[in-house]
Amino acid sequence: MKLPNPTWRTLTLLVGAALTVWALYEPQRRSELTVATVNNADMILMQQLSSEFEKQNGVKLNWVVLGENILRQRLTIDIATGSNTFDVITIGSYEAPLWGERGWLVPLDDLGADYDYDDIFDVLRQGLSYQGRMYAVPFYGESSFTYYRKDLFQKAGLEMPLQPSYFEIRQFAQKLNDPEHGVYGICLRGEPGWGQNMAYISTLVNTFGGRWVDLDWKPQLTSPAWMEAVSFYVDLLSKYGPPGVITDGANENRALFANGNCAMWVDATSAANYLLDPSQSRVAATTGFAKAPIANVPNGASWVWSWGLAIPTSSKRSPMAKQFLKWATGRHYITTVGERFGWLRIPPGSRRSTYEIPAYLAAAPFAPLVREAILSADYRKPSALPVPYVGIQYVGIPEFQALGTEVGQEISAALAGRATVPQALELAQADAESALEGRSK
Amino acid sequence: MTGTGARRPPRHLHSRSLLAPSVAALFLWMVVPLGMTLWFSAKRFNLLNPGKTSFAGWENYRELLTHRALWVAMGNTLFLVGLVLAFTLTFGTLFSLLLDQDFPGRNVCRLLVIAPFFVMPTVSALIWKNMLMNPVFGLFAWITRSLGFGAIEFFSRAPLLSIVLIVGWEWTPFAVLILLPALQSLNPEQVEAARLDGAGPFALFRHIQLPHLLRPMAVVAMIEMIFFLSLFAEIYVTTNGGPGLASTNLAYLIFRDALLSFDVGRASAGGVIAIILANIVGLFLMRLVGRNLQEDLQ
Repeated sequence: MKLPNPTWRTLTLLVGAALTVWALYEPQRRSELTVATVNNADMILMQQLSSEFEKQNGVKLNWVVLGENILRQRLTIDIATGSNTFDVITIGSYEAPLWGERGWLVPLDDLGADYDYDDIFDVLRQGLSYQGRMYAVPFYGESSFTYYRKDLFQKAGLEMPLQPSYFEIRQFAQKLNDPEHGVYGICLRGEPGWGQNMAYISTLVNTFGGRWVDLDWKPQLTSPAWMEAVSFYVDLLSKYGPPGVITDGANENRALFANGNCAMWVDATSAANYLLDPSQSRVAATTGFAKAPIANVPNGASWVWSWGLAIPTSSKRSPMAKQFLKWATGRHYITTVGERFGWLRIPPGSRRSTYEIPAYLAAAPFAPLVREAILSADYRKPSALPVPYVGIQYVGIPEFQALGTEVGQEISAALAGRATVPQALELAQADAESALEGRSK
Repeated sequence: MTGTGARRPPRHLHSRSLLAPSVAALFLWMVVPLGMTLWFSAKRFNLLNPGKTSFAGWENYRELLTHRALWVAMGNTLFLVGLVLAFTLTFGTLFSLLLDQDFPGRNVCRLLVIAPFFVMPTVSALIWKNMLMNPVFGLFAWITRSLGFGAIEFFSRAPLLSIVLIVGWEWTPFAVLILLPALQSLNPEQVEAARLDGAGPFALFRHIQLPHLLRPMAVVAMIEMIFFLSLFAEIYVTTNGGPGLASTNLAYLIFRDALLSFDVGRASAGGVIAIILANIVGLFLMRLVGRNLQEDLQ
């Protein structure tokens, strides 16, 4: 029976080795931060620049960079089950108040006087807060507005007003639609999803005078305003939109516009720097900007969104994580990016002071419009009618992700011609009623 | 194995005890996740509302079974499985017959036919969506346009058929991989004899090659069915289950419940229903295939 001896020895050796490795590794781990973020261009740049932060503070950053939807799923599961994988997470103004309410996030009101909270746009600050406490700090902010092709407008003898109405937009689209030459009158989001077509359609419904629910949480999807808005959307896109529009999300539309296939496009202001970059866009010299169109009322015609950085309560390294947040969302970071990579590449829309930098204003002709859109957006009064929720292009409740996506699917069926608008909205209303069953009394 | 009667019982026991660990491991491997799914499916459990977790009994199932989405998704699942099976078996057989012939460049051709199988599902779905089927930039749109027709909007007009096309393209090589060697294993003397009896190519196929291929076809059908019941990547990348529910299958519906609503209870209930459906389809297919094989043997 000599067998146990070598086995035990090997085992002891292995356990010893594992312990040694752990003992060597553990102290280092204490000065590591795991950061989860979206694979947007602005965040990738933050990753590139982060070696500077690592050097200043003697920490090592581990990056998990994922697409928006996958990141959202990963983070929700992670944070809801309380596993402490991440020290810094990237969330939007939809999640921040909801997760703050659940106690999943560390309050961020103590980053110091030099962080200059008052410099952050109020609407973003409020949007990332729950009951007056901030649970995420904005990395960049955006609103929505109208992109148009100055050359096409000039050729057709048209002029885009600074504040177009949707009825003017329809006339322009009709005149400029030229499928023979690969130019479509208007591009809009058609891909179903609460953050895709429904973000745009919610603003459209708002400006047609509608709302998602009344004060008793009763869904209003079959109301005249929804009918009118969705009919307008379906009619506009099927007549003057690009073919296959139901698979076009924000990125597909950006590619279409950058390739010169759209005469107009209403979407996020954060796409502007991409469209003005001649190495990525064929319309860099001919893109013009106007405010988001309005229909019947001005309320909620353009959205407001921000991507913020937050710290889960499960993180054991929150003091260091706070240092990182301060570095990445502070003024200094913005000027560093501008000086080193060019002013079009700074994370826009988060701080007032950004819009006082002469070099940025010179490089970005759209900047004053963005500033104005962000300043005028009121995410607490998205509709002309009173509502029990916050959020312009979304409803700030946990059920909305699923509900928005279901409604988005029904509307895309109408857009594809597989259902009429009333049929689609009837089904959407039923979806909404069952999703909000617990809320309406 | 004769003449060991006296020693058999202990030996029997011995071999059983040796098998036990692996059997136990496999059993746990299956039973623990299944048990957890069943347990969660009887709970009201939403990740976004962790405070409100409670026992729900049949509530999740009732909600699912009374919602039209489940029935549409079930129909779509069966439609997808059936049509893609038909597609891959038909084209797999045709390609196998072709590649069984001797012609110059046959090896290159075989390689090319097999190649699509090695492209990842998400990648091939993206290629089809953006480079082939896109009505603005796509190759198909360019072809139909230059022939004077308009572009076809694949994913709005025929979402399920578009997915059948993509998945069929990916999986036809698999059918070829199994059917071609089977065809090559056919005894050449049998073919020779049939030819001498005056059988043309169609009669040859109908009476000699097809019966010979039935068994490998059954294998292809069984294996492919397992994968097609849970088709996901292609739908996620191209249509997102839409427009409406037009291309939502069970797997996509469960994904929607689990990762959009974060409704663990309902997603688990959907999972249990998917398991039941898979077993029914599997049983049905086995019966059908089994009967065919028996007739074949007789």
